[in-house]
Amino acid sequence: MNMSLRRVRAIVRKELRDYRRNRFLVFGMAILPLIFTIQPLIAVLVLSSSTVGALRNEHVLVYMLGIPALVPSIVAASAVAGERQQATLEPALTTPIRSDEFLLGKALAALIPSLAVAYFVFALFLAIVVLFAQPGIASALIQGPDLAAQLLFTPLLAAWSISVSIAISTRSSDVRVAQQLSTFASLPPAIVAILVALNVIPPSLPLAIAFAAILVILDVLGWQITARLFDREELITGSR
Amino acid sequence: MSHEGLRTPSPGGDGPDLALSVDHLTKRFGDRVAFEDVSFGVARGEVFGFLGPNGAGKTTTVRTLATLLAPTSGSASVAGLALTPDNAAEIRQRISVMPESPGLYLRLSVRENLECFADLYEVADPRGRIDNALRAVSLSERAGDACGTLSKGLRQRVALARALLSDPEVLFLDEPTAGLDPVAARDVHELIDGLRKRGVTIFLTTHRLDEAERLCDRVAIMNTTLRTIGRPDELRAQLFSDSLVVRTLAALQVPDRVFGGLPAVSGWHEDAPGTYTVSVSDPTVAAPAVTRALVAAGADVLSIGEARHSLEDVYLELIDSAREESHP
Repeated sequence: MNMSLRRVRAIVRKELRDYRRNRFLVFGMAILPLIFTIQPLIAVLVLSSSTVGALRNEHVLVYMLGIPALVPSIVAASAVAGERQQATLEPALTTPIRSDEFLLGKALAALIPSLAVAYFVFALFLAIVVLFAQPGIASALIQGPDLAAQLLFTPLLAAWSISVSIAISTRSSDVRVAQQLSTFASLPPAIVAILVALNVIPPSLPLAIAFAAILVILDVLGWQITARLFDREELITGSR
Repeated sequence: MSHEGLRTPSPGGDGPDLALSVDHLTKRFGDRVAFEDVSFGVARGEVFGFLGPNGAGKTTTVRTLATLLAPTSGSASVAGLALTPDNAAEIRQRISVMPESPGLYLRLSVRENLECFADLYEVADPRGRIDNALRAVSLSERAGDACGTLSKGLRQRVALARALLSDPEVLFLDEPTAGLDPVAARDVHELIDGLRKRGVTIFLTTHRLDEAERLCDRVAIMNTTLRTIGRPDELRAQLFSDSLVVRTLAALQVPDRVFGGLPAVSGWHEDAPGTYTVSVSDPTVAAPAVTRALVAAGADVLSIGEARHSLEDVYLELIDSAREESHP
């Protein structure tokens, strides 16, 4: 039996409908980007034009990679644990859906809003800087390599967060515990991004390529581990 | 009372036209036996009751046949396909399971829940199928309501509508009326009756013996192993000898003089003052003889009738004997 896109789409659509009506999830997805936006935004808006020279060596925008690194864990952590908690997993698994279709649907359902939030908040940040920062600040801050890093690393970081969060979700019967562990497990790449933003790790093209390659490998490995952890029998009987 | 004839259940329904065929199926979780050496067959279009106390292995059997759990040993075929990992998705395409807990997405509307499952089953004309399923469970008017706002009975109906979406060959219903009030339970019974008329094979696990007696063509009584299987009236006949229940206004002074030596009467015992159970070989011969003997003895007869044993009596007799066996 080939993978059915219709079944994958069914899971994605159901999840997105469910997210929209889950106030706690919406709140969580809103508050985390604010944390990563307000502090750098204030810092940039209070800068005077005289700091433009120094700003050219800063990488404030990289700080915002914390959003795609952490936001997906909020939704992905409930992917399986939430269904178990609400006893909705068994009816879904008694349909012809295959494990890879189910997991892909769950992953896409977490990826779509996470990317949307990350890119939207980033675009909003840039718009505010362009409109309200002192003259010269925007052109000093918005540098090509940083924009490219944002575009490239956002999906890679989100994919890591999603795979590790779903893996944790398959082994947990409590959504809150899964969310806490998932956020914790998603932290390491976010910490690397923050260290780059703070210039603790000096950014360079080779470093970016190496970091991207490591993330791709981690994403693939994470996905394989998640698929292995998704054992219908264990999930239904809770025998672990 | 001897149960020897019931110890080795006959699978029943043998033949090529079986919706379910289970052969010495066993499921263990480590050292714990969920069910063991279970064999039975269910004919297409049959309503088959699966009864047993808590922990008897009923739900695990359903989950195993629905390919959620792998059997430890034995074999089975479900909807014409061998129960193997390779066939799992195809088996699930041909069956539907309504678990004990409805398991609905509570933030989604009734229609949205059904849309999701229509896509998971890849049904053609999902809109039409959803409308039909909603009509079947009389929920068309509530299609836009969030499932979280529905009563337990209505949620159960949504779960049943969901199970009907794919037009399954075999429908597994796990305690479909658990926790429902009598009116909601009656509605579910009527739905099951309707499905039977459409020729859907139904595998019904239940604690409610009245439900099984009313709905099922055959029942199996399970307590880790299969205790017995057959039509409810067959089981009664196998387990209980024919008897008459005699009620008199006052207790008989010497009952042995009345019942002793009568044709077709093999014994009697007093259940309560003035109430006697008389074991008989042929009620049509014994009843007139007992009546004449009572009148001759000057007894004021209130009633004489054949003892009716319910499925509950059969069930309790078997489960009690199983307990005695395990704790002699």
